[in-house]
Amino acid sequence: MQLKTCEILSAVALLTFVALPGCARHANSETVIVTGSSTIAPLAADVAREFERAHPGVRVDVQTGGSSRGLTDTRRGLAQIGMVSRALGPHEHDVVGFSVAIDGVCVITHRDNPINSLSKSQVQKIYTGAIEHWSEIGGAHQPITVVSKAAGRSTLAVFLQYVGCDSTDIDADVVIGDNEQGIKTVAGNPTAIGYVSVGAAESALARGVAIRIPSLDGVQPSTSTIRDGSHPIRRVLNLVTLTRPEGVTRQFIDYFRSEAAHELIARHYFVSVDPP
Amino acid sequence: MTPRSDRPVALFVLRSCALGTITILVLIVAFVVGESVDVLRNAGLSRLWTDPTWHPASKTNPTFGAVPMIVGTLFATAGAVVVALPLGLLCAVFVNYHATHTLRRLVNGVIELLAGIPSVVYGLWGLTTLVPIIAMIRGPGTSLLAGILVLALMILPTIVLLIDQALREQPAELALSAAALGLSKSRIIWSVLVPSAWRSIGTASLLATARALGETMAVLLVCGNAIKTPTSLFDSVRTLTANIALEMAYAMDTHRSALFASGLLLLGLVGLLIAGIELLERRVRT
Repeated sequence: MQLKTCEILSAVALLTFVALPGCARHANSETVIVTGSSTIAPLAADVAREFERAHPGVRVDVQTGGSSRGLTDTRRGLAQIGMVSRALGPHEHDVVGFSVAIDGVCVITHRDNPINSLSKSQVQKIYTGAIEHWSEIGGAHQPITVVSKAAGRSTLAVFLQYVGCDSTDIDADVVIGDNEQGIKTVAGNPTAIGYVSVGAAESALARGVAIRIPSLDGVQPSTSTIRDGSHPIRRVLNLVTLTRPEGVTRQFIDYFRSEAAHELIARHYFVSVDPP
Repeated sequence: MTPRSDRPVALFVLRSCALGTITILVLIVAFVVGESVDVLRNAGLSRLWTDPTWHPASKTNPTFGAVPMIVGTLFATAGAVVVALPLGLLCAVFVNYHATHTLRRLVNGVIELLAGIPSVVYGLWGLTTLVPIIAMIRGPGTSLLAGILVLALMILPTIVLLIDQALREQPAELALSAAALGLSKSRIIWSVLVPSAWRSIGTASLLATARALGETMAVLLVCGNAIKTPTSLFDSVRTLTANIALEMAYAMDTHRSALFASGLLLLGLVGLLIAGIELLERRVRT
Protein backbone atom coordinates (compact mmCIF):
# COMPACT_ATOMS: atom_id res chain seq x y z
CA MET A 1 0.00 0.00 0.00
CA GLN A 2 2.77 2.33 0.94
CA LEU A 3 4.56 1.72 -2.32
CA LYS A 4 1.39 2.51 -4.19
CA THR A 5 1.15 5.94 -2.53
CA CYS A 6 4.77 6.51 -3.32
CA GLU A 7 4.15 5.63 -6.94
CA ILE A 8 1.21 7.99 -7.25
CA LEU A 9 3.22 10.78 -5.67
CA SER A 10 6.12 10.23 -8.06
CA ALA A 11 3.77 10.19 -11.01
CA VAL A 12 2.28 13.49 -9.88
CA ALA A 13 5.77 14.95 -9.50
CA LEU A 14 6.73 13.78 -12.96
CA LEU A 15 3.51 15.11 -14.47
CA THR A 16 4.19 18.49 -12.91
CA PHE A 17 7.54 18.59 -14.66
CA VAL A 18 6.01 17.65 -18.00
CA ALA A 19 2.77 19.59 -17.82
CA LEU A 20 3.80 22.92 -16.29
CA PRO A 21 5.41 24.46 -19.38
CA GLY A 22 2.20 23.79 -21.26
CA CYS A 23 0.05 25.78 -18.85
CA ALA A 24 1.17 29.15 -20.12
CA ARG A 25 -0.74 28.79 -23.36
CA HIS A 26 -4.44 29.54 -23.46
CA ALA A 27 -6.33 28.01 -26.30
CA ASN A 28 -9.04 30.58 -26.92
CA SER A 29 -7.66 33.92 -25.70
CA GLU A 30 -5.31 36.29 -27.41
CA THR A 31 -2.25 37.40 -25.47
CA VAL A 32 -0.20 40.51 -26.02
CA ILE A 33 3.20 40.39 -24.34
CA VAL A 34 4.66 43.75 -23.34
CA THR A 35 8.20 43.88 -21.91
CA GLY A 36 10.79 46.53 -21.14
CA SER A 37 11.33 49.69 -19.12
CA SER A 38 10.57 49.48 -15.41
CA THR A 39 9.54 53.15 -15.60
CA ILE A 40 6.68 52.44 -17.99
CA ALA A 41 5.73 49.01 -16.66
CA PRO A 42 3.54 50.06 -13.68
CA LEU A 43 1.61 52.43 -15.97
CA ALA A 44 1.38 49.83 -18.73
CA ALA A 45 0.07 47.27 -16.23
CA ASP A 46 -2.71 49.66 -15.19
CA VAL A 47 -3.57 50.51 -18.78
CA ALA A 48 -3.53 46.79 -19.60
CA ARG A 49 -6.03 46.09 -16.82
CA GLU A 50 -8.44 48.70 -18.16
CA PHE A 51 -7.89 47.46 -21.69
CA GLU A 52 -8.63 43.86 -20.68
CA ARG A 53 -11.85 45.01 -19.03
CA ALA A 54 -12.91 46.71 -22.25
CA HIS A 55 -11.82 43.77 -24.43
CA PRO A 56 -12.86 40.45 -22.87
CA GLY A 57 -10.84 37.46 -24.07
CA VAL A 58 -7.68 39.51 -24.51
CA ARG A 59 -4.80 39.14 -22.07
CA VAL A 60 -2.04 41.73 -21.85
CA ASP A 61 1.03 40.40 -20.08
CA VAL A 62 3.32 43.21 -18.84
CA GLN A 63 6.86 42.28 -17.78
CA THR A 64 9.71 44.53 -16.71
CA GLY A 65 13.41 44.27 -17.39
CA GLY A 66 14.57 47.59 -18.76
CA SER A 67 14.41 49.44 -22.05
CA SER A 68 17.19 47.35 -23.58
CA ARG A 69 15.24 44.19 -22.88
CA GLY A 70 12.13 45.77 -24.38
CA LEU A 71 14.01 46.40 -27.60
CA THR A 72 15.72 42.99 -27.66
CA ASP A 73 12.52 41.07 -26.93
CA THR A 74 10.64 42.97 -29.63
CA ARG A 75 13.40 42.37 -32.17
CA ARG A 76 13.55 38.67 -31.33
CA GLY A 77 9.76 38.39 -31.45
CA LEU A 78 9.55 37.35 -27.79
CA ALA A 79 7.22 40.30 -27.15
CA GLN A 80 4.71 42.05 -29.39
CA ILE A 81 5.38 45.41 -27.74
CA GLY A 82 8.55 46.75 -26.14
CA MET A 83 8.60 49.61 -23.63
CA VAL A 84 11.50 52.03 -24.10
CA SER A 85 11.78 55.00 -21.74
CA ARG A 86 13.91 57.23 -23.98
CA ALA A 87 13.91 58.64 -27.49
CA LEU A 88 14.81 56.05 -30.10
CA GLY A 89 18.36 56.32 -31.45
CA PRO A 90 19.35 56.56 -35.13
CA HIS A 91 20.31 52.86 -35.22
CA GLU A 92 16.94 51.88 -33.84
CA HIS A 93 14.78 52.58 -36.87
CA ASP A 94 14.25 48.87 -37.45
CA VAL A 95 11.39 49.15 -34.95
CA VAL A 96 8.24 51.27 -35.08
CA GLY A 97 7.95 53.69 -32.17
CA PHE A 98 4.86 55.26 -30.55
CA SER A 99 5.30 57.89 -27.87
CA VAL A 100 2.77 57.44 -25.07
CA ALA A 101 3.90 59.83 -22.35
CA ILE A 102 6.71 62.10 -21.13
CA ASP A 103 8.65 61.60 -17.94
CA GLY A 104 11.01 64.00 -16.22
CA VAL A 105 14.00 63.01 -14.11
CA CYS A 106 14.72 65.20 -11.11
CA VAL A 107 17.39 65.47 -8.47
CA ILE A 108 16.28 64.64 -4.94
CA THR A 109 17.86 65.35 -1.56
CA HIS A 110 16.87 64.67 2.03
CA ARG A 111 14.12 66.84 3.54
CA ASP A 112 16.53 68.19 6.18
CA ASN A 113 18.93 69.47 3.52
CA PRO A 114 18.52 73.27 3.42
CA ILE A 115 19.61 73.64 -0.22
CA ASN A 116 16.58 74.57 -2.30
CA SER A 117 18.05 75.10 -5.74
CA LEU A 118 20.89 73.64 -7.75
CA SER A 119 22.45 74.52 -11.06
CA LYS A 120 23.40 72.15 -13.82
CA SER A 121 27.12 72.72 -13.25
CA GLN A 122 26.76 72.09 -9.51
CA VAL A 123 24.98 68.80 -10.18
CA GLN A 124 27.67 67.88 -12.68
CA LYS A 125 30.47 68.70 -10.23
CA ILE A 126 28.80 66.74 -7.44
CA TYR A 127 28.44 63.67 -9.62
CA THR A 128 31.99 63.79 -10.97
CA GLY A 129 33.48 64.30 -7.51
CA ALA A 130 34.64 67.92 -8.00
CA ILE A 131 32.33 69.05 -5.18
CA GLU A 132 32.51 66.70 -2.19
CA HIS A 133 31.00 68.70 0.67
CA TRP A 134 27.62 70.37 1.00
CA SER A 135 29.39 73.38 2.54
CA GLU A 136 31.01 74.13 -0.86
CA ILE A 137 27.59 75.08 -2.22
CA GLY A 138 26.22 76.70 0.93
CA GLY A 139 24.98 73.65 2.80
CA ALA A 140 25.93 71.84 5.97
CA HIS A 141 29.50 70.84 6.86
CA GLN A 142 28.99 67.27 5.72
CA PRO A 143 30.36 65.14 2.90
CA ILE A 144 27.93 64.49 0.03
CA THR A 145 26.67 60.95 -0.45
CA VAL A 146 26.28 60.56 -4.20
CA VAL A 147 23.54 58.12 -5.21
CA SER A 148 23.57 56.96 -8.82
CA LYS A 149 21.89 54.26 -10.87
CA ALA A 150 23.35 50.97 -12.09
CA ALA A 151 24.86 50.74 -15.58
CA GLY A 152 22.32 50.36 -18.36
CA ARG A 153 19.33 51.96 -16.59
CA SER A 154 17.56 54.44 -18.81
CA THR A 155 17.15 56.96 -15.97
CA LEU A 156 20.97 56.97 -15.82
CA ALA A 157 21.17 57.50 -19.59
CA VAL A 158 18.78 60.48 -19.44
CA PHE A 159 20.64 61.97 -16.48
CA LEU A 160 24.06 61.51 -18.14
CA GLN A 161 22.80 63.19 -21.27
CA TYR A 162 21.68 66.19 -19.19
CA VAL A 163 24.93 66.62 -17.25
CA GLY A 164 26.98 65.81 -20.34
CA CYS A 165 29.04 63.03 -18.76
CA ASP A 166 30.02 59.50 -19.57
CA SER A 167 29.13 56.74 -17.11
CA THR A 168 32.85 56.30 -16.37
CA ASP A 169 33.05 59.92 -15.06
CA ILE A 170 30.47 59.33 -12.35
CA ASP A 171 31.95 58.96 -8.88
CA ALA A 172 29.13 57.36 -6.87
CA ASP A 173 29.03 56.35 -3.20
CA VAL A 174 25.85 54.34 -3.55
CA VAL A 175 24.54 52.61 -6.64
CA ILE A 176 20.87 51.69 -6.73
CA GLY A 177 18.44 49.84 -8.96
CA ASP A 178 14.92 51.21 -9.26
CA ASN A 179 13.29 54.53 -8.31
CA GLU A 180 11.80 53.21 -5.09
CA GLN A 181 15.20 52.04 -3.83
CA GLY A 182 16.63 55.45 -4.73
CA ILE A 183 13.95 57.28 -2.77
CA LYS A 184 14.35 55.00 0.26
CA THR A 185 18.12 55.45 0.17
CA VAL A 186 17.96 59.27 0.01
CA ALA A 187 15.16 59.47 2.60
CA GLY A 188 17.34 57.48 4.99
CA ASN A 189 20.43 59.66 4.60
CA PRO A 190 20.43 63.45 5.27
CA THR A 191 23.63 63.94 3.23
CA ALA A 192 22.50 62.08 0.12
CA ILE A 193 21.71 63.34 -3.37
CA GLY A 194 20.08 61.16 -6.00
CA TYR A 195 18.00 61.32 -9.15
CA VAL A 196 14.73 59.56 -9.92
CA SER A 197 11.65 59.99 -12.10
CA VAL A 198 9.72 63.15 -11.20
CA GLY A 199 6.60 61.01 -11.04
CA ALA A 200 8.14 58.71 -8.44
CA ALA A 201 9.56 61.65 -6.45
CA GLU A 202 6.26 63.58 -6.42
CA SER A 203 4.35 60.51 -5.38
CA ALA A 204 6.82 59.84 -2.54
CA LEU A 205 6.57 63.49 -1.47
CA ALA A 206 2.77 63.20 -1.41
CA ARG A 207 3.10 60.18 0.88
CA GLY A 208 5.23 62.25 3.26
CA VAL A 209 8.57 60.54 2.55
CA ALA A 210 11.49 62.63 3.86
CA ILE A 211 12.84 63.91 0.55
CA ARG A 212 13.09 67.31 -1.15
CA ILE A 213 13.03 68.18 -4.85
CA PRO A 214 15.36 71.16 -5.35
CA SER A 215 14.82 73.36 -8.40
CA LEU A 216 17.26 72.94 -11.29
CA ASP A 217 18.57 76.09 -13.00
CA GLY A 218 15.62 77.95 -11.46
CA VAL A 219 12.96 75.56 -12.70
CA GLN A 220 10.99 73.51 -10.18
CA PRO A 221 10.69 69.98 -11.58
CA SER A 222 7.00 69.02 -11.71
CA THR A 223 4.37 67.57 -13.98
CA SER A 224 3.54 71.04 -15.29
CA THR A 225 7.14 72.09 -16.07
CA ILE A 226 7.54 68.85 -17.99
CA ARG A 227 4.38 69.56 -19.94
CA ASP A 228 5.58 73.02 -21.01
CA GLY A 229 9.08 71.71 -21.73
CA SER A 230 10.90 74.06 -19.33
CA HIS A 231 12.19 71.28 -17.07
CA PRO A 232 15.55 70.32 -18.59
CA ILE A 233 15.77 66.58 -17.81
CA ARG A 234 12.89 64.98 -19.62
CA ARG A 235 12.39 61.96 -21.76
CA VAL A 236 9.74 60.48 -23.97
CA LEU A 237 8.26 57.11 -23.09
CA ASN A 238 7.81 54.93 -26.14
CA LEU A 239 6.15 51.70 -27.12
CA VAL A 240 7.89 49.88 -29.96
CA THR A 241 6.81 47.11 -32.31
CA LEU A 242 8.79 45.20 -34.90
CA THR A 243 6.36 45.86 -37.75
CA ARG A 244 3.34 48.15 -38.22
CA PRO A 245 1.04 46.85 -35.49
CA GLU A 246 -2.15 45.02 -36.36
CA GLY A 247 -5.08 43.47 -34.54
CA VAL A 248 -5.04 43.43 -30.76
CA THR A 249 -1.54 44.90 -30.57
CA ARG A 250 -2.70 47.92 -32.58
CA GLN A 251 -5.85 48.25 -30.43
CA PHE A 252 -3.76 48.26 -27.26
CA ILE A 253 -1.37 50.94 -28.54
CA ASP A 254 -4.30 53.07 -29.73
CA TYR A 255 -5.96 52.65 -26.35
CA PHE A 256 -2.74 53.69 -24.60
CA ARG A 257 -2.62 56.89 -26.68
CA SER A 258 -6.32 57.70 -26.34
CA GLU A 259 -8.11 59.98 -23.86
CA ALA A 260 -9.10 56.86 -21.91
CA ALA A 261 -5.54 56.37 -20.65
CA HIS A 262 -4.88 60.05 -19.78
CA GLU A 263 -6.17 59.74 -16.25
CA LEU A 264 -3.99 56.69 -15.61
CA ILE A 265 -0.96 58.48 -17.06
CA ALA A 266 -1.60 61.46 -14.79
CA ARG A 267 -2.05 59.17 -11.81
CA HIS A 268 1.48 57.87 -12.45
CA TYR A 269 2.75 61.49 -12.55
CA PHE A 270 3.61 61.25 -16.21
CA VAL A 271 2.43 63.71 -18.85
CA SER A 272 0.26 62.44 -21.68
CA VAL A 273 1.17 63.07 -25.29
CA ASP A 274 -1.41 64.23 -27.82
CA PRO A 275 -1.81 61.81 -30.71
CA PRO A 276 -0.15 63.18 -33.86
CA MET B 1 -1.03 -7.14 -6.43
CA THR B 2 2.21 -7.76 -4.57
CA PRO B 3 4.60 -4.96 -3.71
CA ARG B 4 7.24 -6.73 -5.80
CA SER B 5 5.31 -6.30 -9.05
CA ASP B 6 4.87 -2.61 -8.29
CA ARG B 7 8.52 -2.04 -7.80
CA PRO B 8 9.81 -1.76 -11.39
CA VAL B 9 7.29 1.00 -12.20
CA ALA B 10 7.91 2.93 -9.01
CA LEU B 11 11.63 2.53 -9.40
CA PHE B 12 11.47 3.81 -12.95
CA VAL B 13 9.47 6.89 -11.95
CA LEU B 14 11.73 7.63 -9.00
CA ARG B 15 14.84 7.21 -11.14
CA SER B 16 13.39 9.52 -13.77
CA CYS B 17 12.74 12.17 -11.14
CA ALA B 18 16.30 11.88 -9.81
CA LEU B 19 17.69 11.94 -13.32
CA GLY B 20 15.48 14.94 -14.13
CA THR B 21 16.91 16.88 -11.20
CA ILE B 22 20.48 16.11 -12.23
CA THR B 23 19.72 16.96 -15.86
CA ILE B 24 18.30 20.34 -14.84
CA LEU B 25 21.45 21.11 -12.86
CA VAL B 26 23.70 20.07 -15.74
CA LEU B 27 21.59 22.15 -18.15
CA ILE B 28 21.86 25.20 -15.89
CA VAL B 29 25.65 24.90 -15.74
CA ALA B 30 25.79 24.34 -19.50
CA PHE B 31 23.57 27.37 -20.05
CA VAL B 32 25.70 29.62 -17.85
CA VAL B 33 28.87 28.44 -19.61
CA GLY B 34 27.18 28.88 -22.99
CA GLU B 35 26.10 32.44 -22.18
CA SER B 36 29.62 33.28 -20.94
CA VAL B 37 31.29 32.03 -24.12
CA ASP B 38 31.11 35.45 -25.80
CA VAL B 39 33.19 37.20 -23.14
CA LEU B 40 35.43 34.17 -22.56
CA ARG B 41 36.34 34.01 -26.22
CA ASN B 42 36.66 37.76 -26.85
CA ALA B 43 38.15 38.89 -23.58
CA GLY B 44 39.06 35.82 -21.54
CA LEU B 45 38.06 34.97 -17.97
CA SER B 46 41.33 36.43 -16.66
CA ARG B 47 40.14 39.95 -17.55
CA LEU B 48 37.78 39.64 -14.61
CA TRP B 49 40.82 40.14 -12.38
CA THR B 50 43.34 41.87 -14.66
CA ASP B 51 41.17 44.81 -15.83
CA PRO B 52 41.35 47.84 -13.54
CA THR B 53 37.68 48.88 -13.72
CA TRP B 54 34.21 47.53 -14.44
CA HIS B 55 32.66 49.37 -17.38
CA PRO B 56 31.27 46.53 -19.47
CA ALA B 57 28.63 48.70 -21.15
CA SER B 58 31.15 51.22 -22.51
CA LYS B 59 30.99 51.30 -26.30
CA THR B 60 34.54 52.49 -26.88
CA ASN B 61 36.57 50.63 -24.29
CA PRO B 62 34.68 48.02 -22.28
CA THR B 63 36.51 46.77 -19.18
CA PHE B 64 35.60 43.82 -17.00
CA GLY B 65 37.60 44.19 -13.78
CA ALA B 66 35.62 42.38 -11.09
CA VAL B 67 38.28 42.35 -8.36
CA PRO B 68 36.54 44.98 -6.16
CA MET B 69 33.36 42.91 -6.39
CA ILE B 70 35.15 39.62 -5.67
CA VAL B 71 36.83 41.24 -2.66
CA GLY B 72 33.49 42.73 -1.59
CA THR B 73 31.79 39.36 -1.84
CA LEU B 74 34.51 37.61 0.18
CA PHE B 75 34.64 40.34 2.86
CA ALA B 76 30.87 40.45 3.28
CA THR B 77 30.62 36.66 3.45
CA ALA B 78 33.60 36.15 5.76
CA GLY B 79 32.48 39.03 7.98
CA ALA B 80 29.00 37.58 8.30
CA VAL B 81 30.37 34.16 9.28
CA VAL B 82 32.80 35.71 11.77
CA VAL B 83 29.90 37.58 13.43
CA ALA B 84 27.31 34.80 13.22
CA LEU B 85 29.43 31.76 14.18
CA PRO B 86 30.27 32.73 17.79
CA LEU B 87 26.73 34.02 18.31
CA GLY B 88 25.27 30.86 16.86
CA LEU B 89 27.56 28.62 18.89
CA LEU B 90 26.72 30.42 22.15
CA CYS B 91 23.04 30.30 21.29
CA ALA B 92 23.17 26.55 20.57
CA VAL B 93 25.11 25.87 23.77
CA PHE B 94 22.60 27.91 25.78
CA VAL B 95 19.63 26.14 24.25
CA ASN B 96 21.19 22.71 24.79
CA TYR B 97 22.69 22.93 28.24
CA HIS B 98 21.31 25.92 30.11
CA ALA B 99 17.75 26.63 28.97
CA THR B 100 14.64 25.17 30.56
CA HIS B 101 12.46 23.03 28.37
CA THR B 102 9.93 25.82 27.71
CA LEU B 103 12.61 28.39 27.00
CA ARG B 104 14.33 25.97 24.67
CA ARG B 105 11.17 25.43 22.65
CA LEU B 106 10.56 29.18 22.56
CA VAL B 107 14.09 29.98 21.33
CA ASN B 108 13.97 27.20 18.74
CA GLY B 109 10.63 28.51 17.48
CA VAL B 110 11.97 32.04 17.14
CA ILE B 111 15.08 30.79 15.33
CA GLU B 112 12.99 28.78 12.89
CA LEU B 113 10.80 31.82 12.30
CA LEU B 114 13.95 33.85 11.64
CA ALA B 115 14.94 31.29 8.99
CA GLY B 116 11.60 31.73 7.26
CA ILE B 117 11.70 35.52 6.80
CA PRO B 118 12.18 36.39 3.11
CA SER B 119 15.53 38.01 2.36
CA VAL B 120 13.96 41.13 0.85
CA VAL B 121 12.34 41.83 4.23
CA TYR B 122 15.74 41.65 5.91
CA GLY B 123 17.00 44.01 3.21
CA LEU B 124 14.21 46.54 3.72
CA TRP B 125 14.68 46.42 7.48
CA GLY B 126 18.41 46.95 6.96
CA LEU B 127 17.86 49.87 4.60
CA THR B 128 15.29 51.69 6.71
CA THR B 129 16.59 50.92 10.23
CA LEU B 130 20.18 49.70 10.26
CA VAL B 131 21.60 51.94 7.51
CA PRO B 132 20.46 55.27 9.08
CA ILE B 133 22.03 54.18 12.38
CA ILE B 134 25.35 53.39 10.67
CA ALA B 135 25.09 56.69 8.76
CA MET B 136 25.01 58.51 12.11
CA ILE B 137 28.41 57.01 12.95
CA ARG B 138 29.89 57.48 9.49
CA GLY B 139 28.33 58.05 6.06
CA PRO B 140 26.99 56.91 3.67
CA GLY B 141 25.46 54.19 5.87
CA THR B 142 24.91 51.72 3.08
CA SER B 143 28.15 49.85 3.64
CA LEU B 144 30.10 46.65 4.05
CA LEU B 145 29.20 46.77 7.75
CA ALA B 146 25.47 46.92 7.00
CA GLY B 147 25.87 43.99 4.62
CA ILE B 148 27.81 41.94 7.17
CA LEU B 149 25.24 42.56 9.92
CA VAL B 150 22.22 41.75 7.75
CA LEU B 151 23.92 38.66 6.31
CA ALA B 152 24.95 37.52 9.81
CA LEU B 153 21.35 37.76 10.93
CA MET B 154 20.25 35.77 7.90
CA ILE B 155 22.71 32.91 8.35
CA LEU B 156 22.35 32.77 12.13
CA PRO B 157 19.37 30.33 12.04
CA THR B 158 21.27 27.90 9.82
CA ILE B 159 24.23 27.91 12.20
CA VAL B 160 22.17 27.64 15.40
CA LEU B 161 19.94 24.84 14.13
CA LEU B 162 22.84 22.76 12.75
CA ILE B 163 25.07 23.15 15.80
CA ASP B 164 22.12 22.54 18.11
CA GLN B 165 21.45 19.26 16.33
CA ALA B 166 25.12 18.26 16.44
CA LEU B 167 25.32 18.92 20.19
CA ARG B 168 22.13 16.97 20.79
CA GLU B 169 23.58 13.98 18.94
CA GLN B 170 26.68 13.78 21.14
CA PRO B 171 26.75 10.39 22.91
CA ALA B 172 25.44 10.65 26.48
CA GLU B 173 28.44 8.74 27.93
CA LEU B 174 30.70 11.61 26.86
CA ALA B 175 29.06 14.03 29.29
CA LEU B 176 28.67 11.31 31.93
CA SER B 177 32.34 10.24 31.87
CA ALA B 178 33.46 13.86 31.95
CA ALA B 179 31.20 14.45 34.95
CA ALA B 180 32.56 11.32 36.59
CA LEU B 181 36.03 12.83 36.32
CA GLY B 182 34.75 15.69 38.42
CA LEU B 183 34.78 18.38 35.73
CA SER B 184 32.59 21.42 36.17
CA LYS B 185 29.63 21.94 33.86
CA SER B 186 31.30 24.68 31.84
CA ARG B 187 34.45 22.57 31.52
CA ILE B 188 32.38 19.64 30.26
CA ILE B 189 30.67 21.84 27.67
CA TRP B 190 33.67 23.80 26.40
CA SER B 191 36.44 21.19 26.72
CA VAL B 192 34.56 18.00 25.87
CA LEU B 193 31.23 18.40 24.15
CA VAL B 194 31.85 21.39 21.85
CA PRO B 195 35.28 20.20 20.66
CA SER B 196 33.94 16.74 19.91
CA ALA B 197 31.33 18.32 17.62
CA TRP B 198 33.83 20.48 15.75
CA ARG B 199 33.28 18.80 12.36
CA SER B 200 29.57 19.47 12.49
CA ILE B 201 30.34 23.04 13.50
CA GLY B 202 32.64 23.25 10.47
CA THR B 203 29.91 21.90 8.20
CA ALA B 204 27.45 24.41 9.66
CA SER B 205 29.78 27.31 8.96
CA LEU B 206 30.46 26.16 5.41
CA LEU B 207 26.74 25.78 4.68
CA ALA B 208 26.15 29.23 6.17
CA THR B 209 29.01 30.60 4.06
CA ALA B 210 27.40 29.20 0.93
CA ARG B 211 24.11 30.84 1.89
CA ALA B 212 25.80 34.20 2.55
CA LEU B 213 27.73 33.97 -0.71
CA GLY B 214 24.59 33.48 -2.75
CA GLU B 215 22.43 36.03 -0.96
CA THR B 216 21.41 38.82 -3.32
CA MET B 217 18.39 40.91 -2.47
CA ALA B 218 19.33 41.94 1.07
CA VAL B 219 22.92 42.89 0.21
CA LEU B 220 21.72 44.73 -2.89
CA LEU B 221 19.61 46.97 -0.65
CA VAL B 222 22.09 47.66 2.15
CA CYS B 223 25.61 47.49 0.68
CA GLY B 224 25.59 50.65 -1.42
CA ASN B 225 26.83 48.85 -4.53
CA ALA B 226 29.61 51.27 -5.50
CA ILE B 227 32.33 49.35 -7.30
CA LYS B 228 35.32 50.13 -5.09
CA THR B 229 37.62 47.89 -3.11
CA PRO B 230 36.60 48.65 0.48
CA THR B 231 39.24 50.10 2.79
CA SER B 232 37.02 50.25 5.86
CA LEU B 233 33.85 48.67 7.21
CA PHE B 234 31.97 51.89 6.41
CA ASP B 235 32.79 51.79 2.69
CA SER B 236 30.20 50.95 0.09
CA VAL B 237 30.75 47.58 -1.64
CA ARG B 238 29.15 45.66 -4.45
CA THR B 239 28.95 41.87 -4.33
CA LEU B 240 28.98 39.68 -7.43
CA THR B 241 25.38 38.62 -6.85
CA ALA B 242 24.20 42.21 -6.39
CA ASN B 243 26.05 43.15 -9.58
CA ILE B 244 24.24 40.48 -11.55
CA ALA B 245 20.85 41.51 -10.12
CA LEU B 246 21.50 45.22 -10.71
CA GLU B 247 22.75 45.01 -14.26
CA MET B 248 21.35 41.84 -15.81
CA ALA B 249 17.95 43.31 -16.65
CA TYR B 250 19.59 46.02 -18.73
CA ALA B 251 22.63 44.21 -20.05
CA MET B 252 23.16 43.25 -23.67
CA ASP B 253 25.80 41.38 -25.66
CA THR B 254 29.26 41.32 -24.05
CA HIS B 255 28.01 43.05 -20.91
CA ARG B 256 25.40 40.32 -20.44
CA SER B 257 28.00 37.68 -21.15
CA ALA B 258 30.39 39.22 -18.60
CA LEU B 259 27.65 38.99 -15.98
CA PHE B 260 27.20 35.30 -16.78
CA ALA B 261 30.98 34.85 -16.45
CA SER B 262 30.85 36.37 -12.96
CA GLY B 263 27.98 33.97 -12.24
CA LEU B 264 30.27 31.15 -13.34
CA LEU B 265 32.86 32.40 -10.87
CA LEU B 266 30.24 32.30 -8.07
CA LEU B 267 29.21 28.82 -9.12
CA GLY B 268 32.86 27.75 -8.83
CA LEU B 269 33.16 29.25 -5.34
CA VAL B 270 29.99 27.51 -4.14
CA GLY B 271 31.26 24.26 -5.73
CA LEU B 272 34.46 24.54 -3.69
CA LEU B 273 32.44 25.06 -0.51
CA ILE B 274 30.25 22.03 -1.21
CA ALA B 275 33.40 19.98 -1.84
CA GLY B 276 34.73 21.20 1.51
CA ILE B 277 31.54 20.13 3.26
CA GLU B 278 31.69 16.73 1.57
CA LEU B 279 35.31 16.31 2.70
CA LEU B 280 34.43 17.18 6.32
CA GLU B 281 31.52 14.76 6.35
CA ARG B 282 33.53 11.94 4.85
CA ARG B 283 36.10 12.37 7.62
CA VAL B 284 33.33 12.14 10.20
CA ARG B 285 32.22 8.80 8.81
CA THR B 286 35.65 7.15 8.69
